Amino acid sequence: MTGLPSGRTRPNAWNSLLPRVLFVVALPALLVAGWWLASDGSTDVYWPPLRTILRTFPDVWTGDRLRADLVPSVLRLLGGYAAAAVVGVLLGVVIGSYRRVRAFCEPVLEFLRAVPPPVLVPVIMLFAGIGDTMKVVVIASGCVWPVLLNTVEGVRAVDSVMAETARSYGVTGAARLRHVVLRAASPQIFAGLRQALSIGIILMVISEMFAATNGLGFTIVQFQRGFAIPDMWTGILVLGLLGLLLSVVFQFVERRVLGWYHGLRDSSRRSP
Amino acid sequence: MRGANAALGTAGLAAFLALGEAAPRLGLVKAAYFPPTSRIADALGQEATDGAFWTALGDTLTGWALGLVTAVVAGVVVGLVVSVVPYLREATASTIEFLRPIPSVALIPLAVLLYGTELRSVLLLVVYASFWQILVQVLYGVRDVDPVAEETARSYGLGPWARTRHVLWPTALPYVMTGVRLAAAVALILAVTAELVIGAPGLGARIAVAQSSQAVPDLYALVVVTGLLGLLINVGARAVERRALAWHQSVRGEVAV
Repeated sequence: MTGLPSGRTRPNAWNSLLPRVLFVVALPALLVAGWWLASDGSTDVYWPPLRTILRTFPDVWTGDRLRADLVPSVLRLLGGYAAAAVVGVLLGVVIGSYRRVRAFCEPVLEFLRAVPPPVLVPVIMLFAGIGDTMKVVVIASGCVWPVLLNTVEGVRAVDSVMAETARSYGVTGAARLRHVVLRAASPQIFAGLRQALSIGIILMVISEMFAATNGLGFTIVQFQRGFAIPDMWTGILVLGLLGLLLSVVFQFVERRVLGWYHGLRDSSRRSP
Repeated sequence: MRGANAALGTAGLAAFLALGEAAPRLGLVKAAYFPPTSRIADALGQEATDGAFWTALGDTLTGWALGLVTAVVAGVVVGLVVSVVPYLREATASTIEFLRPIPSVALIPLAVLLYGTELRSVLLLVVYASFWQILVQVLYGVRDVDPVAEETARSYGLGPWARTRHVLWPTALPYVMTGVRLAAAVALILAVTAELVIGAPGLGARIAVAQSSQAVPDLYALVVVTGLLGLLINVGARAVERRALAWHQSVRGEVAV
């Protein structure tokens, strides 16, 4: 490989890049074109032409609405998600580290996790009212379970050899927690955080559909009730884009934080 | 060891229930918001004698089961086709990554417009949400196929169908079962959510009614029922998984160090 003149790798890189780009773009382009053509002459109220939806989009999602609906929604989501992540990891480390505590809590945790999070919206509304607090609490209360349970599993599965080695080197307390326990559990913790992200978006929308004066869920339901169908479609698109954006950001952060882990896995896969 | 764990677990559950009874009675939390455990149990008993409750439970389970089966069949078929046909996998990757994170609740307004409060609204949401769980697991599962086994099957002259049946499917099955387990939980969440928000008949709609009529103990009782339902579904899915992979567990036990 090293013997190749550098001039030869360049066209090769181009040759492999082009089909890859084509593969990424082809089907979405085809689907969008299909939607455009199929809906172009549509007179069905519920399926407006894509042309109309796209023309409505900038009118609806600029300036005021962006500031008054999108930003509060995202802030609530991030607040609830962050709270769930902190509480989930802290409790998870405690529960995962002590066998007795784990046995004591397990049935209760299993039950609480099994409750579908959206049914908590009416319950939390009882004591938290219908303000921002309620929404943040709802989001946190749904997101916390995947984080908590995955942390417990991750902490439990810390390699005993590694734990013993750390102990014999005198790594204890905060250093042990940071460098051994959390590090070893981090792939699992991230799996939990990823599950929590999609639950968080669902809960954000639902809590706003229930009782709110602003937010994405509220606005989309308003459009639907007012039969502003193209506007409603733009709302669906915004939610899709938001979901996509958050998932891309998450992947980026995960690659960063778990870079060592993915590298390890790739290298062990290459040399079986 | 096992017995001690079970005893601790029972103690934990008892402590949880006792806390729920004591906190409102001692005035630590408002009884109007957190009814004592015994009042919730009472309301649960009353629900159980009400025929409408059982109808609602049946409606929820119908939506859940129909949606889950549809999603599993569609996910497996699409997943296998996409993985087996050359280039299709690469061509669909970006679209799948785009569609997957779209929260299924975004479809609620559309479902309301199209189907109102019918079962089909629930199904639309349930199928959309659980389909991706299955599809992604199938794709991962097929990618895990041992190239040596695949080449061996090829050199023995097995056709595409036989290779799918004997090489691809057994490798992918553990992944598929994980997908089914995840999808079963997601399907319940979406079924109840659709009923709660759209008003399609079922447990979710009953919760919405209890909330608007300020029947707080009933509200908690219904939440407990959905929790128990979720628990049953989890346990059931695990049992199915163990059974379907009985041949596999031993293999996995040897490989895992």
